[in-house]
Amino acid sequence: MKMLRPSRMERCIGCHSCSLACARQVFKQLSWTNAGIRIHSSGGITTGFEARTCVACDPAPCAAACPTEAIIQRQGGGVRLKQDACIRCGACAKACPVDAILISPEDGLAYLCIHCGRCVAYCPHECLELAEKDSPFCAPDSPYEDACTLAEK
Amino acid sequence: MAVHPFRVLHVRLDQGKGQVLELPGRAEHLGGSGLAAMLYQQFGDLTLPALHPSQPLIFAIGPLTGWFPLMSKTVCGFKSPYTEEYAETHAGGRLGLSLRFSGLDALVLTGAAARLTCLVVGSNRMEFHDVNFMKGMDVFTTGKHMRRYGKSNAGHRSTLRIGPAGENQSAFACINVDTYRHFGRLGAGAVLGAKQVKGLIVAGDRSLPLPENKNYPKLFKEIHTALTATDMMRKYHDLGTPINMAVLNGIRALPWRNLQATTDACIDDVSGERFAEQLLLRKTACAGCPVGCIHIGLLRQLFAEDHNYLYRQVGYDHETVFANGSMLGMTKAWKILVLLDEAEKQGLDAISSGVALAWATEAFEKGLISEKETLVPLKWDDVESYRLACVHLGLASNEFYRLLAQGVLKAAAVYGGADFACVLGQEMAGYATGENFFISQAMGFRYSHLDSAGYSYDQKTKDKDAAKAIEFMIEDEKARVMLCSLVSCLFARSAYTPEKVHEALIATDQPELAEALDSSVEAIRRTRWRLKLQSGYAPEQVQLPKRFLEVETWKGKMDPAYVEELKTLYAQKIREMGA
Repeated sequence: MKMLRPSRMERCIGCHSCSLACARQVFKQLSWTNAGIRIHSSGGITTGFEARTCVACDPAPCAAACPTEAIIQRQGGGVRLKQDACIRCGACAKACPVDAILISPEDGLAYLCIHCGRCVAYCPHECLELAEKDSPFCAPDSPYEDACTLAEK
Repeated sequence: MAVHPFRVLHVRLDQGKGQVLELPGRAEHLGGSGLAAMLYQQFGDLTLPALHPSQPLIFAIGPLTGWFPLMSKTVCGFKSPYTEEYAETHAGGRLGLSLRFSGLDALVLTGAAARLTCLVVGSNRMEFHDVNFMKGMDVFTTGKHMRRYGKSNAGHRSTLRIGPAGENQSAFACINVDTYRHFGRLGAGAVLGAKQVKGLIVAGDRSLPLPENKNYPKLFKEIHTALTATDMMRKYHDLGTPINMAVLNGIRALPWRNLQATTDACIDDVSGERFAEQLLLRKTACAGCPVGCIHIGLLRQLFAEDHNYLYRQVGYDHETVFANGSMLGMTKAWKILVLLDEAEKQGLDAISSGVALAWATEAFEKGLISEKETLVPLKWDDVESYRLACVHLGLASNEFYRLLAQGVLKAAAVYGGADFACVLGQEMAGYATGENFFISQAMGFRYSHLDSAGYSYDQKTKDKDAAKAIEFMIEDEKARVMLCSLVSCLFARSAYTPEKVHEALIATDQPELAEALDSSVEAIRRTRWRLKLQSGYAPEQVQLPKRFLEVETWKGKMDPAYVEELKTLYAQKIREMGA
């Protein structure tokens, strides 16, 4: 099962294109927060950027915490989300160990990554990848490609 | 479909209150540049001085802000303390999207707070924090302290602040936006300072529904692909605009040492290529722009023996590198970063401060001023003296620096040296390409290289047909008025043709704006010029200091008769446009 990984965030320029793409394509909104991936500076813009997104837990504490099965465990890690079934209780966000779930102050609904990978193409620097959960981190044109190949051997 | 009214937050700083206004006029005024001018007409008073508390400081976005890539800038409209004319300055960073996600088309500040204040606004927030403890703080320290007021929106907010220059009401004072962007020119920072606002946080804390048509995502993808998968933007994200340094030096069009020369053999040590090889640390972007044109250099400095270093991250681009580099005779790229870092801390417009220090150096050499005025001996390439002079400019340490920080010509009026003041409406931008550029900056609406591509026209055209040149400037200005009302980054001007903008407005369910686009752009241009003319601007009175007529480029010497011809024709056109 593939998952979204922000593998190369050291390349991030803070354009928010990924969050905007997720909100636009998955949640049908213009937003930089109501999305499955959200970008934050690591403590001021001089310190670079971090991506707040799901790490595909297996089993996922958020799925266990959800009382209405709006969040369901996905085979191989991560979850599926049915926003229609969400009762806005916020239990999932409290259970998430990496703060990847946003309970939107606007509508009270849960926003989280469903590992569809639709944001990946919008990142101008390949910070993101949709890859098998346990595969080594690398990009086709990464200077680290050799190192990754070695690790696979 | 009814056109939505503009949603404007008017903050009355003197009363500590604000009001959300719904104002008609979107189809006529579009947004950005057009909206700022409309709001100045409503809230401003051209008969009052620029720093009068009741003057508005306006931040406006446009109908496509956030909806498409590179629609990422904000227009600031105000009466300039530099010129006492209606003025605009533009900035990127996160402000455009933060205003969009606060549900606002514009923010208007009027009045002055009783004490130094940090203002926080958002979709459901308006707070006034007493920040008297920030008095005199530099821009970086101010930014760090301001984080406490925007914690809940980390990463999704915009932070604006001023440094000592703004508090001291220098006409060179900028407003720093999100560390690496600025409302740089014409003294908007002094207006914020006069309002006793040290900082402003805009929390982008709400979302909007997408238009219910299939064209929007399709068009978004098409434009995003054009901007990222082609070479269209390469010059901006590769070496960035400092690529111009070597190019201009090569054609004898780069101002050196207060424009005493237009080329120099040491260019390789201060070129965009040299910055990229030696100092470029990383690049960053405005929110909503995948290009990433903001170049950040690493300044590593030894502060004690035994290899004890500190490091700073300093933004640079062509204009600031020219003004603090070639203009000051700098021979090493790292020295330029030292000055840019200091200008940043003081909250100075780094173009004006660099060009002003270049004038001061020549005046010092010629004996018009001495160390009594400058407090440090000014000498080309002497980075430490220039850094200290930059501090004095920010602090307005004495009468000389106080005057200089009001503009080079203000200082020259007292000390002499107007002939070699490199001022084209305000301190010049980094192009000594010829008559067309000099006139386009000296007379253009913003006194900027961004009003029209006069510098490019100089390079492309050999003839001296003034009518043709002015026609080019007028047409180019019109395209830019459209982009600045949307509000697009001007780097995207080849992507956002009027036809593409038309499509984009339709795709975002704004057909009335698309239909009226051409006429609204003309009307906006007229309003802007009218405001400027009404505030006292007399294009016929514009004078180029003698230094500009002494310039020699690859085309040879300047032609004073051609300059006059351009000036006369442009003045006529400006009068017609603003009638």
